[in-house]
Amino acid sequence: MAGTPILLQGNEAVAEGAVAAGARFFAGYPITPSTEIAERLAKRMPEVGGRFVQMEDEIASIAAVCGASLAGTKALTATSGPGFSLMQEMIGFATMAQIPCVIVDVMRGGPSTGLPTEPAQGDVMQARWGTHGEHSIIALAPSGVLECYTLTVEAFNLAEQYRTPVIILSDALVGHMREAVVLPEPGSLRIAERGLPDCEPDEYDTVMSDIDNILPRPPLGSPYRVHVTGLVYNRRSGVPETGDPEIASDLGSYLREKIYHHRDAIVRVENYQMHDADVAIFAYGSVARSARAVVKWARAKGVRLGMVRPITLWPFPTKSVERMADQVRTVIVPEMNIKQMSWEVQAAVGGKAKVVDYGRVDGKLITPDEIKELVKKEYYYQDWEAS
Amino acid sequence: MSALVDQEQLEQEPKQDFKLPHIKLHTTSEIVPWLRTQRTIWCPGCSNGTITRALIDAILGLGLDPEKVVIVAGIGCSGRIAQYLEYSTVHTAHGRALAVATGVKVADPSLHVIVAMGDGDSSAIGGNHLIHAARRNIDVTALVFNNSIYGMTGGQMSPTTHTGDKSTTSVYGNVEPAFDLCELAHAAGATYVARGTAWGYRQLVDVIAGGIAHKGFSMVEAMAVCPVYYGRFNLTPDPAEFLKVQKERAVPASKFEEGESRRHDEYPVGMIHHAERREFVEALGEVAAKAEAKAAAATAGPAPSKAAKGGGNG
Repeated sequence: MAGTPILLQGNEAVAEGAVAAGARFFAGYPITPSTEIAERLAKRMPEVGGRFVQMEDEIASIAAVCGASLAGTKALTATSGPGFSLMQEMIGFATMAQIPCVIVDVMRGGPSTGLPTEPAQGDVMQARWGTHGEHSIIALAPSGVLECYTLTVEAFNLAEQYRTPVIILSDALVGHMREAVVLPEPGSLRIAERGLPDCEPDEYDTVMSDIDNILPRPPLGSPYRVHVTGLVYNRRSGVPETGDPEIASDLGSYLREKIYHHRDAIVRVENYQMHDADVAIFAYGSVARSARAVVKWARAKGVRLGMVRPITLWPFPTKSVERMADQVRTVIVPEMNIKQMSWEVQAAVGGKAKVVDYGRVDGKLITPDEIKELVKKEYYYQDWEAS
Repeated sequence: MSALVDQEQLEQEPKQDFKLPHIKLHTTSEIVPWLRTQRTIWCPGCSNGTITRALIDAILGLGLDPEKVVIVAGIGCSGRIAQYLEYSTVHTAHGRALAVATGVKVADPSLHVIVAMGDGDSSAIGGNHLIHAARRNIDVTALVFNNSIYGMTGGQMSPTTHTGDKSTTSVYGNVEPAFDLCELAHAAGATYVARGTAWGYRQLVDVIAGGIAHKGFSMVEAMAVCPVYYGRFNLTPDPAEFLKVQKERAVPASKFEEGESRRHDEYPVGMIHHAERREFVEALGEVAAKAEAKAAAATAGPAPSKAAKGGGNG
């Protein structure tokens, strides 16, 4: 019933979001803590006329997702740590061949088998740079169950719009958490449809290279008899061309600019209590939940603390961080890894504010109390007991 | 011998006697329109061009709608076929062609999916995908170009390089045994297994056509001639001599005993195995039809005002 809150798990919400976004193909391999996504979709995909395939490994899973998407079906896979490592090869193929698809990485402690049932944020750089070679990527970080749903829909929209793989960086905490949520009415969501390209088949390769008008991929088996390749190709003809530095350079910058040129339209950031903040916490995913609690606590004591929460991790929200750096004296970056995003924050802050990093890699969530201690140091003059 | 556990339960009576198609060969002027280029990167004396022509001959001979033909290729000498053919083509990553093809076929069962791979591509880096595609019995045709070596990288040993053979990475002679790809695919559950040679062009066209016509996972091993690497290190650098060796070693499958895969250097050619078993994509479709009906009944059942809708909100 619309408007009725339901109790949903983060991973289940991802699965339902995918169904709502029109995804009709899932391929995956069991791995904690992402398995519930596969389990839910094993039931749901056939119900909505979609297909679920359990593949022989994660490499095969992302490969099958690429194939299904090339055949015209919105497709996704879900995995965690070791599986995400295995997928890097075909994520590169999807960026090179410009295949829209969604990869959900429910982050757990690593490296290697690591801490299979505990949350971490150690894959944020792998999401950006995990596959070899110069490329661009979009990555989104949900921090609650409702966002697992809405950002999965958003991920499919971005994947279709920019003809690119999109990564959802969830984590064991967000994925396994249950919250009461009111899901949006099915009709109220914007759903980007695949459609056929608005050009003649023989013009496709030339026209698809327009950066302001990225065309949908025509499905295999259509009159658009395209060649899809992981080799460097001439982006105006689609023909592989590996001996011409100009063509390689042109494609390389196109694949980067395809995302960065549209950065303002892609990037989403939540500014929480930032209107008059003099210190900010930069936090994403499950850690942002602790950070929000700390901002509430500080505000109740009259302290002007705010939070900048990147919902889009990649492309990095450079402009938001620059604005933040102009406004606050200190940026606190708590994350469940060691300095992965804080380096990125530091680069964008450019020395205009102090950057305090705080990391944990023990599989434990960063608690509000830990962040409070960091905040107190920045307001050393504050009498916390009195206020 | 099959490695499948539930085979008896799954195997079906052949609907009719499956016979290899006998394809009327096409002239060069009929073949050429299906090539995107006249130039390839293949070495002089390489038989990949012959195998490519055989594939086009088979597709034309079966009268397939060219728009519905999808070629999915791996990486290596054989993988280049994708960019040369005038169909919908996907040049994937090394070893991954069958996994990509699985997604293509499941998403759109109306497509004729033909997967071109090399020996290393299909049985080393892609070995896992080969056995599982065979086990599922997905209706795609795997065409393996077997030159018994990694040619694109300059002549390293592969899982089909014979014991004792020289290569740039088996300098003192290969200490590993080689896979018989047809036996491997058969054991893993392929329901159509055949072998052809570059020497026996007519037979090669027919066994490829048989694979495409068969419903289920078909594996066609095309024995290739690689005079520049395999031949130069082991047999002969002369392409014509190499073809003569193929002629001597290729023996009709009917001359082999049941369960006999090789006899010294001789190997069976023609259709080696054929069975009918429930096809994967069809089986998934049956599951989906049941699940859809059940979901629709559940939504429509107790609340009469509520119509069944796709993409429900759980």
